[in-house]
Amino acid sequence: MQDMNLQVELLEKNSVQCFKVVGEIDAYTAPVLKERLAAVEKVEGLHAELDLSEVDYMDSTGLGVCVGFYKAVSNNGGHVKITGLNRRLSRLFEITGLNEIIDIELKESEDDNATL
Amino acid sequence: MQHYDYIEIKIPAKTQYIGVARLMISGIASRLGFTYDDIEDLKIASSEAITNAVQHAYADNEQGEVVVGCAMYEDKLEIMIADHGSSFDFEETKKHIGPYKDATEERFLREGGLGLYLMETLMDEVKFHQEEGVTVFMTKHLGGERGEQEDVQRTANS
Repeated sequence: MQDMNLQVELLEKNSVQCFKVVGEIDAYTAPVLKERLAAVEKVEGLHAELDLSEVDYMDSTGLGVCVGFYKAVSNNGGHVKITGLNRRLSRLFEITGLNEIIDIELKESEDDNATL
Repeated sequence: MQHYDYIEIKIPAKTQYIGVARLMISGIASRLGFTYDDIEDLKIASSEAITNAVQHAYADNEQGEVVVGCAMYEDKLEIMIADHGSSFDFEETKKHIGPYKDATEERFLREGGLGLYLMETLMDEVKFHQEEGVTVFMTKHLGGERGEQEDVQRTANS
């Protein structure tokens, strides 16, 4: 859809399927992301990366999509890494406890703050 | 009674309008002088409540409306979100809002899950009222009651 405030781009780097997500993830756009991810989540032993460095808004609908993808990929012997989290997004993963379950990586520029 | 300015928006119960209401909340919070972090918290908490209203309050084919009302005080922002589409008599509705009850709000716990948890974590106060529909009432104070020292420090440093 033209007015959709979310873009998902798939790149392959070193046999890792990297989804670059750009925009806002809310109840309106989450189904788009979910559909894109569903296309690959059944692949055996998939190595996937969700790059959220260009995501400027996300709520529980986005977390739900991440969890669903993580579960599906893990069940098929694969691995998911979520990268590029800014301080706001990493806080969302922390307060929900999802950082204990899912492999996450902060945005490089946020590393200084990460230890606070 | 403490003076406040009041802004209300009524949106169709469709997901594409949640972002519109979010922009309004963001603008109001910024006008009141909330910090960047608090504005982001308000955007998420209110989006969670509006999403619940949009997704759960209406049967799939039914046309509905969600009302978002904001009372802007000098030292706090009160947000009321109702899924039955009629405008608020803000003071009157507020009187009927009770403390959070587990039994009554089982539906929220079951379906809202993570969203409800985020609302409660990101706001200072969250209450519910169920009559012809569900009304969520949330408060955030300016300058804090967050008890999260690190956030306060970061804001002070930036």
